Amino acid sequence: MSVTDLSGGFSSPAADAARAFRQALNALARPGEIVEVSGISPPAPLGGAAAALLLTLVDHEVAIHLAGRFDQPAVREWLAFHTGTDFVPAEEADFAVGRWEELLPLSQFPAGTPEYPERSATLIVAMDSLTASGSRLSGPGIRSEAFLNLPDEKTLAANAARFPLGVDFFFTAGDQLAGLPRSTKIGD
Amino acid sequence: MSDYNFAYLDEQTKRMIRRALLKAIAVPGYQVPFASREMPMPYGWGTGGVQVTASTLVPEDVLKVIDQGADDTTNAVSIRRFFEVTAGVETTTEVPVATLIQTRHRVPETPLTEGQIIVYQVPIPEPLRFLEPRETETRKMHSLGEYGLMHVKLYEDIARHGEIATTYAYPARVSSGYVMDPSPIPKFDNPKLDHSPAIQLFGAGREQRIYALPPWTSVQSLDFEDHPFDPSRADGECALCGSKDSYLDEVITDDAGGRMFICSDTDYCARRSEGAA
Amino acid sequence: MYVAVKGGEKAIDEAHAWLAHERRGDPATPVLDTAQIREQLTLSCYRVMAEGSLYDLDLAALAIKQARGDLIEAIFLIRAYRTTLPRFGVSAPIDTSAMLCLRRISATFKDAPGGQLLGPTFDYTHRLLDFTLLANGEAPLKRDERDSLAKGMASQSAEPLARVSDILGNDALLQAEPTGDEAPGDLTREPLEFPADRALRLQSLSRADEGFALSLAYSTQRGYGRNHPFIGELRVGVVEVSMEIPELGFSVVIGEMTVTECETVNQFVGSRKQPAQFTRGYGLTFGHTERKAIAMALLDRALRWEELGEDNVGAPAQDAEFVLSHADNIQATGFLEHIKLPHYVDFQSELELVRRLRAEAGQ
Repeated sequence: MSVTDLSGGFSSPAADAARAFRQALNALARPGEIVEVSGISPPAPLGGAAAALLLTLVDHEVAIHLAGRFDQPAVREWLAFHTGTDFVPAEEADFAVGRWEELLPLSQFPAGTPEYPERSATLIVAMDSLTASGSRLSGPGIRSEAFLNLPDEKTLAANAARFPLGVDFFFTAGDQLAGLPRSTKIGD
Repeated sequence: MSDYNFAYLDEQTKRMIRRALLKAIAVPGYQVPFASREMPMPYGWGTGGVQVTASTLVPEDVLKVIDQGADDTTNAVSIRRFFEVTAGVETTTEVPVATLIQTRHRVPETPLTEGQIIVYQVPIPEPLRFLEPRETETRKMHSLGEYGLMHVKLYEDIARHGEIATTYAYPARVSSGYVMDPSPIPKFDNPKLDHSPAIQLFGAGREQRIYALPPWTSVQSLDFEDHPFDPSRADGECALCGSKDSYLDEVITDDAGGRMFICSDTDYCARRSEGAA
Repeated sequence: MYVAVKGGEKAIDEAHAWLAHERRGDPATPVLDTAQIREQLTLSCYRVMAEGSLYDLDLAALAIKQARGDLIEAIFLIRAYRTTLPRFGVSAPIDTSAMLCLRRISATFKDAPGGQLLGPTFDYTHRLLDFTLLANGEAPLKRDERDSLAKGMASQSAEPLARVSDILGNDALLQAEPTGDEAPGDLTREPLEFPADRALRLQSLSRADEGFALSLAYSTQRGYGRNHPFIGELRVGVVEVSMEIPELGFSVVIGEMTVTECETVNQFVGSRKQPAQFTRGYGLTFGHTERKAIAMALLDRALRWEELGEDNVGAPAQDAEFVLSHADNIQATGFLEHIKLPHYVDFQSELELVRRLRAEAGQ
């Protein structure tokens, strides 16, 4: 049995987590804006930004769903060590990580209730790259319009149409991330 | 204070608050419940705002704290000092320099800019609370978008007084969705919330609620076609800087009832006075 | 230049210095040390522990000293300290059946196995000011008093006492409480939501303001949600606190604490589904805090109306949202006292409105 490498977390946990959260807040409050979160070296296939989000937001009070090839021992052990979280099926997830296809269908994740819309999952989607082009975004956080290379406009528009229910997204590629809350209108 | 973590709160608490903040951003105007902690200052004195600020601050921030528009009111001094000691952040009184502003009861006169965050201290986050004291009921009303009661109340004001008698904590509708309490700011400040370039976060510690407005979000004060919203202010000008547009405090100057008006926003007033000199 | 708000920083510093000076009082009197508070004002310490939700007599004594004897201020100090403490784990439920009782009384039976054990109680004292305490410290105990006290303490139960409720329960006269291993919620870690289950209600009541709990419990006795309580048993004593240590695979005792437990036996005439049976209200508090534990038990029982199929008569004590939302004195005093803070801006806006409405009315 090989010894799992558990290094690569925040070097200065309180300050690093504060900075990572601030970037996440900026990204979700300004859908389409691409921000950088660096300084973390997680085991593959976790990227730096995805890992920083998880280390900033996840602990034993919430549970993660690892989708597809993200569900592997090195990732589990690294996240368990750094966050103390539980790993759960999609239906019980507070957070989920995976590539877009691995996370589908979105309907398997909690989407909140009319009285408690916040009881919903946040999905961290691993992408090859992020660019400010492609799907047109508008709504809260966006002055007039923004663009982001979304993987599937139709499915995401359907999620937005459920507002105030629905799931929220962080799209990540390496150390980059962009937010897409359920409040964002997608398309023209 | 080395016994305490950066910005006082433990990391576990910050994570819980940060999760709530992101949900609040994702559902603008909706009040997200959070497990507010006991803070070393009393409930009702800004514990919600302090917890939101503590969870949002980064070491590089420049913090401004105001109460009633002023940097030097005792509670503003106390909260600013708390963060100077626990987070070691730089503080300022100048709006353009601040990256994060915590406020009670005012929005600065100087327009906020992109990249800034403003944190409001909120005593009663529920705009429907004085019409319906039960949380179980108001929660249902929000989920159904059932705001008729609020309109009835405002309309009764008009019938009785000829105008809407709510002058602060004036309810507003967010992105045509939830009705929110803008905190007890004078209604004069309500228009500043609408399509603000800044991120606006609201923390109610005792009531355990966080809500938020992303930048460029529509925030419309409730009104009627025949009685449009009127962000009134005292007629008069500031005795110090001469401003005719800012929100004014009335100061009693002698026993005979003499009074003068001065800007409630001390930073705005001071910089105008300096500029004029 | 006239600006009302300048000098705030200096004013705060001066106020704090003055406060420290006042706390000390006349330097000609000996300074009060926290051991004296712990040993001689123990019931104050217990209240601070119970409502502060932190079992530590020394810290409670310190808080009382620092707060100049203002107990709600002391509770606040303890709460604010408690919230910063890391949590290492969760203890096993304490077993109050195994309590070594300092005091144990039942109002429902003249005698019960183990007997009535009065313990250190004010109950039968005549409330006459004892001027010997004022004149010259403690009056020394007379020899025969000392002997009888020693005898009394020796007779204090060294063995656990049977519970009165178990005796009633044997005949199914008393409704059995549901058992289970489900972890209760924790309102210090999750926002309180309604409806709140009984475990959460009990947690809230256990740290509730004593005065609030007392008055609401009293209101049930006067007819606002009357539930006919008898003190089935009130016990005060020491219990062990143990914790499962995962690395060891078994529980170890990590300490002991004094607690007060009250079980009321309440009349229940039965419903269509259930025959007549006694039901209970439950109170459990840190320290020797029996007024609070009894009040808690009455309120617990009143809040169970729905589960027991009783009528809601609209009594305040039956309204869980009302009771739980207003029971916490730290929340209450914070919000109450916050109206001391400046409200110039709100007041100014109201002033404008009233002036305008008056001007319009005068025209």
